[in-house]
Amino acid sequence: MILVLIVLVGYELYDKSRISLHQFGVGFAHTTTWDPVADIYGALPFIYGTLVSSVLALLIALPLGVGSALFVTEIAPVKFRQPIVSTIEVLASVPSVIYGLWGIFVLIPWMRDHVYPGLQEFFGFLPLFKGPIYGVSMLSGGIVVAVMILPIITSFSREILRAVPDIQREAAYALGATRWEVIQIAVLSYAKRGLYGAGILGLGRALGETMAITMVIGNSPKISSSLFAPGYTLASVIANEFTEATTDMHLSSLFELGLVLLVITLIVNAVAQLILRQLSVIKLETA
Amino acid sequence: MNISSQYLNQQSTTGNFKVSRRFKNGFITIVLGLATLLVLSPLISMLYFLVKEGASSLSLDFITQLPKPTGELGGGMANAIVGSLVLLIIASIIGVPLGILGGIYLAEYGNKKIVPWVRFTADILNGIPSIVWGMVVYAVLVIPFKTFSAYAGGVSLGLIMIPLIMRTTEEVLLLVPQGYREAGYALGLSQWRIIFSITLRTARKGILTGVLVAIARVSGETAPLLFTALGNVSWSHNLAQPIAALPIQIYTYAISPYEDLHHQAWAGALILMFLVLSINIIARYISRRKAYN
Repeated sequence: MILVLIVLVGYELYDKSRISLHQFGVGFAHTTTWDPVADIYGALPFIYGTLVSSVLALLIALPLGVGSALFVTEIAPVKFRQPIVSTIEVLASVPSVIYGLWGIFVLIPWMRDHVYPGLQEFFGFLPLFKGPIYGVSMLSGGIVVAVMILPIITSFSREILRAVPDIQREAAYALGATRWEVIQIAVLSYAKRGLYGAGILGLGRALGETMAITMVIGNSPKISSSLFAPGYTLASVIANEFTEATTDMHLSSLFELGLVLLVITLIVNAVAQLILRQLSVIKLETA
Repeated sequence: MNISSQYLNQQSTTGNFKVSRRFKNGFITIVLGLATLLVLSPLISMLYFLVKEGASSLSLDFITQLPKPTGELGGGMANAIVGSLVLLIIASIIGVPLGILGGIYLAEYGNKKIVPWVRFTADILNGIPSIVWGMVVYAVLVIPFKTFSAYAGGVSLGLIMIPLIMRTTEEVLLLVPQGYREAGYALGLSQWRIIFSITLRTARKGILTGVLVAIARVSGETAPLLFTALGNVSWSHNLAQPIAALPIQIYTYAISPYEDLHHQAWAGALILMFLVLSINIIARYISRRKAYN
């Protein structure tokens, strides 16, 4: 039944995108014009936007997520651990629209007024931080998505860190290591692969994130080197244009974008699952 | 003696090194603590603004009135709240039985060779972006019937629920001690009898928790509803017609240029958050009681 579902998903998307697949061929993935009026469609700006915003989100979320997981499992006093964990779980249950709402009205204005000018002042020589600041931008999209995937990364990292046998830690302490050295030598080296797995899983979520990012990324199908410039993602363009698509070609191209998105997320998720799965095998063997 | 004095000597010559190790340790502790604070701060900020912005626009009208035409002040989201509940009911009718049956299959019947693959596929299905589900349902249920409908919205949410419920059901069933099943076999019961009277009964609280968590998760989904349920500014009297939903309403109001609608969006978000949190809390309460039994 489950297998039927996945075949259904793949087939329907393929079937509906057939017209545009036929029309644009491979060019679809590397041309940059998206013009519903002229009925010409190229997906590159969206693929670029999706990848950049997701990788950005991961770069922000992975260190923070792993850091807080380390804090909870290794450092925090026992009585604080449960409240911190529960709070992070609440964060995980917040619906995407609410993140978007908060992003538009709270986070972005604050970032625009306080953080972005500073970034531009100090790092303005980099092309990444050039150009006018609108607030809605690739960077804002990345930050909001980072906030959204943090709980997933944190809770997976926590599971993985907890699976590190105590005997590893005790051995390192017995050698006179400080707590940080224990974390470095015994915990991180043991858990490294699993933490990558958690990161990739987070990346998978980030790629498919729709509502929040549509609300803050600016929705402009241009490729710009500046993170302050607005961007567009696969999921956002589908959300925005799907119900308004008038020509068959437009609709079909949107389906093809969906297909691209599906393929990217399937690969990313499969890799994450394989890493995590292999790990649980190792865990069973050593236990 | 000789060895320990040598060790002491070494320690004193590496005194500086030791200080820097201590310093590094303290520094990292602070950095990790700050990381944790940074992770928690969005939630605090979000809840603060939800209550501050949402509560001021929340009123009896908001939960009993229909949306007013654009430009007029006031109005509410009554239809969206009811619409969301209707969608959740349709989704549950589809997602809950299929999810639980799938979980039973994985845990009880599964063929050793197929099960890991099915499990793997279910986990990957969990990772499919919800907007893709929306597109698929659009292709299957909206194009042929030529109209957006409550059914299509409910189905898309239901499909998202299936793999979620399947995996939690399986996990809970695998926790049921093997001895319980063997006791059933010893009484000469058939396998389905054992599953229904023994295994499911033992695991029912865990399964219920899984179902509630899945419902909480899809109740905030917006993307798949955009082109299945579509949204509606009025009451829906027919499930084959477009229906309003709270998350869609919040989204359209949030991206609109009107200040008044922004307040409404916050109020809607407060209600949605309240709904999601209370389902989660009920789920946690049930699973906690199980732990004490």
